[in-house]
Amino acid sequence: MEVVQIQRRLVDYTKSLFMEGFLDGQFLQLQQLQDESNPDFVVEVVSLFFDDSEKLLNELTIALDQPNVDFKKVDGHVHQLKGSSSSIGAQRVKNACIAFRSFCEGQNIEGCLACLQQVKQEYYLVKNKLETLFRLEQQIVASGGSIPMIEMGF
Amino acid sequence: MDGGCSDDVTVEIGDEPHVLAVDDNLIDRKLVEKLLKNSSCKVTTAENGLRALEYLGLGSDKRNTMEGTASKVNLIITDYCMPGMTGYELLKKIKESSVLREVPVVIMSSENVPTRISQCLQEGAQMFMLKPLKQSDVKQLKCYLMKCRG
Repeated sequence: MEVVQIQRRLVDYTKSLFMEGFLDGQFLQLQQLQDESNPDFVVEVVSLFFDDSEKLLNELTIALDQPNVDFKKVDGHVHQLKGSSSSIGAQRVKNACIAFRSFCEGQNIEGCLACLQQVKQEYYLVKNKLETLFRLEQQIVASGGSIPMIEMGF
Repeated sequence: MDGGCSDDVTVEIGDEPHVLAVDDNLIDRKLVEKLLKNSSCKVTTAENGLRALEYLGLGSDKRNTMEGTASKVNLIITDYCMPGMTGYELLKKIKESSVLREVPVVIMSSENVPTRISQCLQEGAQMFMLKPLKQSDVKQLKCYLMKCRG
Protein backbone atom coordinates (compact mmCIF):
# COMPACT_ATOMS: atom_id res chain seq x y z
CA MET A 1 0.00 0.00 0.00
CA GLU A 2 1.30 3.47 -0.85
CA VAL A 3 2.17 5.92 1.88
CA VAL A 4 -0.53 8.34 0.73
CA GLN A 5 -3.13 5.60 1.06
CA ILE A 6 -2.04 4.71 4.60
CA GLN A 7 -2.01 8.38 5.53
CA ARG A 8 -5.56 8.68 4.21
CA ARG A 9 -6.55 5.62 6.22
CA LEU A 10 -5.01 7.07 9.36
CA VAL A 11 -6.82 10.38 8.99
CA ASP A 12 -10.16 8.66 8.36
CA TYR A 13 -9.62 6.23 11.20
CA THR A 14 -8.67 8.94 13.67
CA LYS A 15 -11.67 11.04 12.67
CA SER A 16 -13.97 8.07 13.19
CA LEU A 17 -12.62 7.60 16.72
CA PHE A 18 -13.60 11.16 17.50
CA MET A 19 -16.99 10.86 15.81
CA GLU A 20 -17.79 7.70 17.75
CA GLY A 21 -16.76 9.33 21.01
CA PHE A 22 -13.86 7.02 21.79
CA LEU A 23 -11.52 9.99 21.90
CA ASP A 24 -12.03 13.64 22.72
CA GLY A 25 -10.07 16.87 22.33
CA GLN A 26 -7.65 15.94 25.10
CA PHE A 27 -6.11 13.33 22.78
CA LEU A 28 -5.36 16.10 20.30
CA GLN A 29 -3.69 18.03 23.11
CA LEU A 30 -1.42 15.01 23.66
CA GLN A 31 -0.54 14.84 19.98
CA GLN A 32 0.25 18.55 19.94
CA LEU A 33 2.67 18.08 22.83
CA GLN A 34 4.74 15.60 20.84
CA ASP A 35 7.82 17.09 19.18
CA GLU A 36 11.29 16.20 17.92
CA SER A 37 12.69 16.21 21.46
CA ASN A 38 10.15 13.54 22.40
CA PRO A 39 8.83 11.89 19.22
CA ASP A 40 7.23 8.96 21.06
CA PHE A 41 5.46 10.99 23.68
CA VAL A 42 1.92 9.92 22.80
CA VAL A 43 2.80 6.22 22.63
CA GLU A 44 4.67 6.50 25.93
CA VAL A 45 1.83 8.18 27.78
CA VAL A 46 -0.80 5.86 26.30
CA SER A 47 1.33 2.83 27.23
CA LEU A 48 1.50 4.10 30.78
CA PHE A 49 -2.27 4.46 30.66
CA PHE A 50 -2.66 0.85 29.49
CA ASP A 51 -0.44 -0.51 32.29
CA ASP A 52 -2.04 1.66 34.95
CA SER A 53 -5.59 0.87 33.82
CA GLU A 54 -5.07 -2.86 33.76
CA LYS A 55 -3.70 -2.74 37.27
CA LEU A 56 -6.68 -0.70 38.42
CA LEU A 57 -9.19 -2.98 36.70
CA ASN A 58 -7.61 -5.99 38.45
CA GLU A 59 -7.78 -4.25 41.79
CA LEU A 60 -11.39 -3.29 41.18
CA THR A 61 -12.29 -6.87 40.34
CA ILE A 62 -10.68 -8.07 43.57
CA ALA A 63 -12.19 -5.30 45.68
CA LEU A 64 -15.71 -5.98 44.43
CA ASP A 65 -15.28 -9.69 45.04
CA GLN A 66 -14.80 -9.26 48.78
CA PRO A 67 -17.52 -10.38 51.25
CA ASN A 68 -17.55 -6.86 52.70
CA VAL A 69 -16.90 -4.43 49.89
CA ASP A 70 -14.87 -1.37 50.82
CA PHE A 71 -16.67 1.18 48.66
CA LYS A 72 -14.25 3.93 49.57
CA LYS A 73 -11.40 1.86 48.24
CA VAL A 74 -13.37 1.01 45.11
CA ASP A 75 -14.19 4.69 44.58
CA GLY A 76 -10.52 5.58 44.99
CA HIS A 77 -9.55 3.23 42.18
CA VAL A 78 -12.34 4.49 39.92
CA HIS A 79 -11.29 8.07 40.62
CA GLN A 80 -7.75 7.22 39.48
CA LEU A 81 -9.02 5.56 36.32
CA LYS A 82 -11.36 8.44 35.61
CA GLY A 83 -8.44 10.85 35.95
CA SER A 84 -6.10 8.93 33.68
CA SER A 85 -8.67 8.28 31.00
CA SER A 86 -9.67 11.93 31.05
CA SER A 87 -6.05 13.01 30.74
CA ILE A 88 -5.43 10.99 27.59
CA GLY A 89 -8.81 11.73 26.04
CA ALA A 90 -10.39 8.28 26.42
CA GLN A 91 -13.85 9.79 26.66
CA ARG A 92 -16.00 6.66 26.84
CA VAL A 93 -13.86 5.13 29.57
CA LYS A 94 -14.06 8.40 31.49
CA ASN A 95 -17.84 8.53 31.18
CA ALA A 96 -18.17 4.93 32.31
CA CYS A 97 -16.10 5.84 35.38
CA ILE A 98 -18.36 8.76 36.18
CA ALA A 99 -21.38 6.44 36.25
CA PHE A 100 -19.40 3.96 38.33
CA ARG A 101 -18.63 6.55 40.99
CA SER A 102 -22.28 7.31 41.62
CA PHE A 103 -22.91 3.61 42.34
CA CYS A 104 -19.95 3.63 44.73
CA GLU A 105 -21.46 6.60 46.49
CA GLY A 106 -24.75 4.73 46.75
CA GLN A 107 -22.90 1.60 47.97
CA ASN A 108 -24.76 -0.33 45.30
CA ILE A 109 -22.87 -3.57 44.68
CA GLU A 110 -24.95 -4.69 41.71
CA GLY A 111 -24.59 -1.31 40.08
CA CYS A 112 -20.85 -1.36 40.70
CA LEU A 113 -20.42 -4.78 39.18
CA ALA A 114 -22.37 -3.73 36.11
CA CYS A 115 -20.27 -0.60 35.82
CA LEU A 116 -17.05 -2.53 36.16
CA GLN A 117 -18.11 -4.64 33.18
CA GLN A 118 -18.93 -1.49 31.25
CA VAL A 119 -15.60 0.14 32.08
CA LYS A 120 -13.70 -3.00 31.11
CA GLN A 121 -15.55 -3.15 27.81
CA GLU A 122 -14.86 0.49 27.01
CA TYR A 123 -11.25 0.15 28.06
CA TYR A 124 -10.55 -2.86 25.84
CA LEU A 125 -12.33 -1.19 22.95
CA VAL A 126 -10.28 2.00 23.15
CA LYS A 127 -7.10 0.01 23.72
CA ASN A 128 -7.74 -1.89 20.54
CA LYS A 129 -8.53 1.30 18.62
CA LEU A 130 -5.41 3.09 19.84
CA GLU A 131 -3.18 0.12 19.06
CA THR A 132 -4.58 0.12 15.52
CA LEU A 133 -3.92 3.85 15.26
CA PHE A 134 -0.32 3.45 16.42
CA ARG A 135 0.21 0.58 13.98
CA LEU A 136 -0.94 2.79 11.11
CA GLU A 137 1.44 5.52 12.27
CA GLN A 138 4.30 3.02 12.40
CA GLN A 139 3.53 1.87 8.87
CA ILE A 140 3.65 5.44 7.62
CA VAL A 141 6.95 6.18 9.33
CA ALA A 142 8.44 2.88 8.14
CA SER A 143 7.53 3.85 4.59
CA GLY A 144 9.32 7.15 4.99
CA GLY A 145 6.17 9.22 5.28
CA SER A 146 5.17 11.74 7.91
CA ILE A 147 2.19 11.54 10.26
CA PRO A 148 -0.54 13.86 9.01
CA MET A 149 -1.88 16.42 11.49
CA ILE A 150 -5.58 16.01 12.06
CA GLU A 151 -7.66 19.16 11.70
CA MET A 152 -10.74 18.69 13.80
CA GLY A 153 -12.03 22.22 13.96
CA PHE A 154 -12.58 22.07 17.74
CA MET B 1 -1.10 33.43 19.63
CA ASP B 2 -2.81 33.86 22.98
CA GLY B 3 -3.70 37.33 24.14
CA GLY B 4 -2.51 36.71 27.69
CA CYS B 5 1.01 38.12 27.38
CA SER B 6 1.40 41.74 26.42
CA ASP B 7 5.16 41.74 26.83
CA ASP B 8 7.61 40.16 24.46
CA VAL B 9 9.80 38.35 26.94
CA THR B 10 13.21 36.98 26.06
CA VAL B 11 14.24 34.14 28.32
CA GLU B 12 17.94 33.69 28.71
CA ILE B 13 19.51 30.30 29.29
CA GLY B 14 19.56 29.64 33.01
CA ASP B 15 16.60 31.91 33.40
CA GLU B 16 13.97 29.23 33.10
CA PRO B 17 11.35 29.19 35.86
CA HIS B 18 11.58 26.12 38.04
CA VAL B 19 8.26 24.44 38.76
CA LEU B 20 7.53 21.70 41.28
CA ALA B 21 4.58 19.59 40.09
CA VAL B 22 2.85 17.34 42.61
CA ASP B 23 0.38 14.62 41.56
CA ASP B 24 -0.20 11.04 42.69
CA ASN B 25 -1.29 9.98 39.19
CA LEU B 26 1.62 8.89 37.00
CA ILE B 27 -0.03 9.80 33.72
CA ASP B 28 -0.93 13.27 34.98
CA ARG B 29 2.61 13.79 36.24
CA LYS B 30 4.03 12.94 32.85
CA LEU B 31 1.54 15.21 31.14
CA VAL B 32 2.09 18.25 33.35
CA GLU B 33 5.84 17.77 33.08
CA LYS B 34 5.69 17.83 29.27
CA LEU B 35 3.32 20.78 29.22
CA LEU B 36 5.70 22.75 31.43
CA LYS B 37 8.84 21.69 29.56
CA ASN B 38 7.21 22.74 26.29
CA SER B 39 6.79 26.16 27.90
CA SER B 40 10.51 26.26 28.70
CA CYS B 41 10.19 25.56 32.40
CA LYS B 42 12.52 23.45 34.44
CA VAL B 43 10.36 20.77 36.11
CA THR B 44 10.67 18.63 39.21
CA THR B 45 7.85 16.21 39.96
CA ALA B 46 6.72 14.68 43.25
CA GLU B 47 4.19 11.92 43.72
CA ASN B 48 2.81 13.14 47.03
CA GLY B 49 2.78 16.01 49.50
CA LEU B 50 5.42 14.52 51.79
CA ARG B 51 7.93 14.11 48.99
CA ALA B 52 7.14 17.64 47.83
CA LEU B 53 7.81 19.05 51.29
CA GLU B 54 11.03 17.08 51.57
CA TYR B 55 12.20 18.49 48.25
CA LEU B 56 11.31 21.99 49.37
CA GLY B 57 13.34 21.60 52.53
CA LEU B 58 10.36 21.29 54.85
CA GLY B 59 10.91 17.62 55.59
CA SER B 60 9.50 15.71 58.55
CA ASP B 61 12.58 16.45 60.63
CA LYS B 62 11.13 19.97 60.85
CA ARG B 63 14.50 21.56 60.33
CA ASN B 64 14.33 24.22 57.72
CA THR B 65 17.40 23.57 55.64
CA MET B 66 16.80 26.60 53.46
CA GLU B 67 18.29 29.06 55.96
CA GLY B 68 16.46 32.06 54.63
CA THR B 69 17.73 31.78 51.08
CA ALA B 70 15.37 32.09 48.16
CA SER B 71 13.21 29.10 47.44
CA LYS B 72 14.61 26.74 44.81
CA VAL B 73 11.28 26.79 42.96
CA ASN B 74 9.34 29.63 41.37
CA LEU B 75 5.98 27.87 41.33
CA ILE B 76 4.32 24.87 42.90
CA ILE B 77 1.47 23.21 41.06
CA THR B 78 -0.36 20.47 42.90
CA ASP B 79 -3.30 18.15 42.47
CA TYR B 80 -6.04 18.56 45.05
CA CYS B 81 -7.16 14.94 45.53
CA MET B 82 -4.20 12.96 46.75
CA PRO B 83 -4.12 10.16 49.33
CA GLY B 84 -2.41 11.05 52.61
CA MET B 85 -1.83 14.78 52.29
CA THR B 86 -4.26 16.59 50.02
CA GLY B 87 -3.20 19.51 47.83
CA TYR B 88 -5.03 21.79 50.22
CA GLU B 89 -3.03 20.50 53.19
CA LEU B 90 0.18 20.90 51.20
CA LEU B 91 -0.84 24.47 50.36
CA LYS B 92 -1.35 25.24 54.05
CA LYS B 93 2.06 23.85 55.00
CA ILE B 94 3.71 25.96 52.32
CA LYS B 95 1.91 29.12 53.42
CA GLU B 96 2.94 28.43 57.04
CA SER B 97 6.60 28.50 56.05
CA SER B 98 8.39 31.84 56.26
CA VAL B 99 10.72 30.83 53.43
CA LEU B 100 8.14 29.37 51.09
CA ARG B 101 5.01 31.38 51.67
CA GLU B 102 5.84 33.77 48.84
CA VAL B 103 6.02 30.95 46.29
CA PRO B 104 2.81 30.90 44.24
CA VAL B 105 0.85 27.68 44.56
CA VAL B 106 -1.59 26.53 41.90
CA ILE B 107 -4.16 23.85 42.70
CA MET B 108 -5.44 21.47 40.02
CA SER B 109 -8.51 19.31 40.22
CA SER B 110 -10.62 17.23 37.89
CA GLU B 111 -13.68 18.31 39.84
CA ASN B 112 -15.22 21.75 39.65
CA VAL B 113 -16.36 22.21 43.25
CA PRO B 114 -16.94 25.90 44.10
CA THR B 115 -16.44 25.43 47.86
CA ARG B 116 -13.18 23.63 47.18
CA ILE B 117 -12.01 26.41 44.90
CA SER B 118 -12.81 29.22 47.33
CA GLN B 119 -11.27 27.24 50.20
CA CYS B 120 -8.00 27.02 48.29
CA LEU B 121 -8.02 30.61 47.14
CA GLN B 122 -8.75 31.76 50.67
CA GLU B 123 -5.81 29.76 51.94
CA GLY B 124 -3.60 31.65 49.50
CA ALA B 125 -3.57 29.60 46.33
CA GLN B 126 -2.68 31.72 43.34
CA MET B 127 -4.97 29.95 40.93
CA PHE B 128 -7.23 26.99 40.60
CA MET B 129 -7.10 25.00 37.37
CA LEU B 130 -9.38 22.32 36.05
CA LYS B 131 -7.83 19.08 34.86
CA PRO B 132 -6.92 17.89 32.38
CA LEU B 133 -4.57 20.80 31.81
CA LYS B 134 -4.18 22.19 28.32
CA GLN B 135 -1.37 24.06 26.64
CA SER B 136 -3.34 27.31 26.96
CA ASP B 137 -3.51 26.83 30.74
CA VAL B 138 0.24 26.42 31.00
CA LYS B 139 0.86 29.39 28.71
CA GLN B 140 -1.22 31.44 31.15
CA LEU B 141 0.95 30.18 34.02
CA LYS B 142 4.15 30.96 32.18
CA CYS B 143 2.97 34.49 31.47
CA TYR B 144 2.19 34.97 35.13
CA LEU B 145 5.62 33.65 36.14
CA MET B 146 7.49 35.89 33.71
CA LYS B 147 5.58 38.92 34.94
CA CYS B 148 6.45 37.99 38.53
CA ARG B 149 10.13 38.05 37.69
CA GLY B 150 9.68 41.49 36.17
